[in-house]
Amino acid sequence: MTTSNLVQAAYIVSAVLFVLSLAGLSRHESAKEGNAFGVTGMALALVATIWLSVDRSGSRLATLALIVAAMAVGAAIGLWRARVVEMTQMPELVAMLHSFVGLAAVLVGYSSYLESSDAGTADGLHLVEVFLGVFIGAVTFTGSIVAFLKLSARIRSAPLMLPARHWLNLTALVLSAVLLVWFVRSHSVVPLLVMTVVALAFGWHLVASIGGGDMPVVVSMLNSYSGWAAAAAGFMLGNDLLIVTGALVGSSGAILSYIMCRAMNRSFVSVIAGGFGQEVSMGEDRDYGEHRETTAADVAELLRDASSVVITPGYGMAVAQAQYPVAELTAQLRKRGVDVKFGIHPVAGRLPGHMNVLLAEAKVPYDIVLEMDEVNPDLPGTDVVLVIGANDTVNPSAAEEPSSPIAGMPVIEVWKARTVVVFKRSMATGYAGVQNPLFFKENAQMLFGDAKDRVEDIIKAL
Amino acid sequence: MRIGVPAESKPGESRVAATPKTVGQLTALGYEVALERSAGARAAFSDEAYAAAGAAVVSADEVWASDILLKVNPPSEAEIARLRPGAVLASLLSPALNPELVTRLTEAGVTALAMDAVPRISRAQSLDVLSSMANIGGYRAVIEAAHEFGSLFTGQVTAAGKVPPAKVLVVGAGVAGLAAIGTASSLGAVVRAFDARPEVGEQVESMGAEFLRIDLGNAADDTPSLTGYAKEMGEDFNAKAAALYAEQARDVDIVITTALIPGKPAPRLLTEEMVASMKPGSVVVDMAAANGGNVAGTVADQLVTTSGGVRIIGYTDLPGRLPTQASQLFGTNLVNLLKLLTPGKDGQLVLDFEDVVQRGMTVCRDGQTLWPPPPVQVSAAPAGPAPVQAREPKAAPGPRDPRRKYGGMVVAAALFALVAASSPAAFLGHFIVFALAVIVGFYVISNVAHALHTPLMSETNAISGIILVGGILQLGHTDPLIRSLAFVATTVASINIFGGFAVAGRMLQMFRKD
Repeated sequence: MTTSNLVQAAYIVSAVLFVLSLAGLSRHESAKEGNAFGVTGMALALVATIWLSVDRSGSRLATLALIVAAMAVGAAIGLWRARVVEMTQMPELVAMLHSFVGLAAVLVGYSSYLESSDAGTADGLHLVEVFLGVFIGAVTFTGSIVAFLKLSARIRSAPLMLPARHWLNLTALVLSAVLLVWFVRSHSVVPLLVMTVVALAFGWHLVASIGGGDMPVVVSMLNSYSGWAAAAAGFMLGNDLLIVTGALVGSSGAILSYIMCRAMNRSFVSVIAGGFGQEVSMGEDRDYGEHRETTAADVAELLRDASSVVITPGYGMAVAQAQYPVAELTAQLRKRGVDVKFGIHPVAGRLPGHMNVLLAEAKVPYDIVLEMDEVNPDLPGTDVVLVIGANDTVNPSAAEEPSSPIAGMPVIEVWKARTVVVFKRSMATGYAGVQNPLFFKENAQMLFGDAKDRVEDIIKAL
Repeated sequence: MRIGVPAESKPGESRVAATPKTVGQLTALGYEVALERSAGARAAFSDEAYAAAGAAVVSADEVWASDILLKVNPPSEAEIARLRPGAVLASLLSPALNPELVTRLTEAGVTALAMDAVPRISRAQSLDVLSSMANIGGYRAVIEAAHEFGSLFTGQVTAAGKVPPAKVLVVGAGVAGLAAIGTASSLGAVVRAFDARPEVGEQVESMGAEFLRIDLGNAADDTPSLTGYAKEMGEDFNAKAAALYAEQARDVDIVITTALIPGKPAPRLLTEEMVASMKPGSVVVDMAAANGGNVAGTVADQLVTTSGGVRIIGYTDLPGRLPTQASQLFGTNLVNLLKLLTPGKDGQLVLDFEDVVQRGMTVCRDGQTLWPPPPVQVSAAPAGPAPVQAREPKAAPGPRDPRRKYGGMVVAAALFALVAASSPAAFLGHFIVFALAVIVGFYVISNVAHALHTPLMSETNAISGIILVGGILQLGHTDPLIRSLAFVATTVASINIFGGFAVAGRMLQMFRKD
């Protein structure tokens, strides 16, 4: 029984644990168990790897010290961030973490290149693997950073519209292919460095040209990319665990983005290629009529008489941190015997499942939080719908106006309920930049102001 | 296009296919509506009310010359002859029971839509006249029974003595059965119900009745029905059900039977002996009388009193006995149909055979018989074991598609084989692992609950920090440059792993159930 056999065995067990972990996370009942599997798998893999690395190394103590030091620093930062992060800032955190995987992939790629050229073992295939690993890693790195900056509103979230941007992307890809050939022929570090710069710029541009409203797709796409980066690293190191894990994450991220795309009625290919969503025409000025304003007291009156209420939250609820008052309102209404349900659009928020996490944080039971398809058939029989910080996901023009930029996107059909109350700061448009005819419908009332304050007012009035 | 609504010619029919309200809705869809004089008289809708809603009140000839005809009952021979070739007819047709009618309509060159052949899927419920009529019929069945029954439904204790509550047995908990249960229990009766589908027990109980169950021991076949109707049952089941009917017949005062099997004669549930065993003065309402009846001795459209003093009601026009409301619901079903058929809301009728609802209803078109349609599976039962495809399956885009797809796969496989043949064996080994892992990832994630997307993403994110393994291995190297690169890589990947797992754990702690 050799060290490397033992390590391989540990890797196989970890790989299985990772699969179980992802499988566990697909259902509420088994989700915590899934997370535990993931942690166990990771711990096992790391212990085995550390042992292998120390065992192989000339200066064992120094290596161990280095590993422990590096991991301790990383763990401290990671755990600290995870503890303090607000649930509303989850999207940013996830994007940031993706960029670390990208950066690590680039660095591992360079090390692997140096290692093999030192040892003189660099064959063509290995060089291709290094090249691809660094490329995907670099794209993930800058792409995630841009996504992070956009999500945390440190840069404008509007899509960057360079002239001939598709040609720029294509040029970057072709150039990288040429550099690959050069790299394999010459074994020189120059093409690798040039490619890294190109890939960093490419990743930046790819995400910069996507608008903030499409960020859920971008985040899960970057998740997928980070997986492929890990898989590429696995190929260059000849490590099956990396390959398996990377491929798992890569394909699961891709599926997730695919589900998102379908929810927004976008083509999957155009998302993966990047730079979609900017062909939006801003819609001509139209007279939609007058909107009606209401007050918190009137809404409270309305809710008191209602027998069924559906709440459709959107990103605005996250921004206003209104999930706690909303949960409180829900609890009060339920105590009065009102049937309260939540209708969540698949792309509400800035991250897949964002709303569910926020509501769960505020202790809203998940069995009254329904998906769009589950809640839509009930809406015609619903007394009151509260739209809290959602806009495009409840826009009737997606269903009614073929010329609208969001035409064909499935939406929550709130306008079919008896009364709709829209919580909103102003009459501004949503992320898609489209006016929302909902606000001008006969049965719609606007409640302006900060969602959190307004909901608290309603609770007081109740 | 113009919609014609004729007066119903069937003797005794009091319904009409449009009401003033639905005329307004049809006009809003862009159609002109022509209505035969006094078509709505028996349903208490006056010609003036129709005219005020925008309909032209005209003679029968003009109505029958319309592009689209809306009717309640199937057209008679004479009426088929009046149809214009190319016209569209929507009405009850019972195509499965009336093959001659289907042939005649096909020969007439019309497009016929059977309102009673709407696939039983959720999306089509708004046009399902069987449901809307059954609902009214179930109500009326109780009213008819109460009318013939010599006692009260509700139990009372009065100065003149105690009145026992009536005991009602409802057989078949479809729409009609549930409506009957609701009506009878709101009148104060003690209601029991039986259905061959055990999964409807909850619905029965929700309407306030006791659900009678049959214990089959090994639960021979508990897969929910795929058509939305009850299945024909096995021998053992039938024997036990018969015993149950016999026992109940002796006890109850009112029996309402609603058992129908599509395209077949109604099953015989109560035999002569069971009817004879009922108390004198009991009432049986056989809602399946039109299809042969569930009860021995039923005569369609008649009230029969047996020698034992049991009254058997076989009226087949129960919904028609509430003509105003029945017409309103029937008319609304038709409006919903036309909404579906008028995507442009421009008064132009378009039939789309990709849509299973439209395809399923169409009996014939352009001289071609299109009945029976391809089967549609329905999930009426809660979460059956088999995932049921209730939505329209994404129709294969074109007939040439499969060959192309397989051709593409062959080409891809050949290309890959070429590349792979020139690669080292170690790479191929890794590649197999890679390909399998991609597929596993795909299947594991495909059915993840939407609400868990965020924790899942941070979990996969943490897992992808496995790249740390690469960094750790390289840290053992002697070259200081490699070591420092690997050090940074290890640090950032650790942030990812610890942060990702911790956040995923934190989020999962928050999900809870009531």
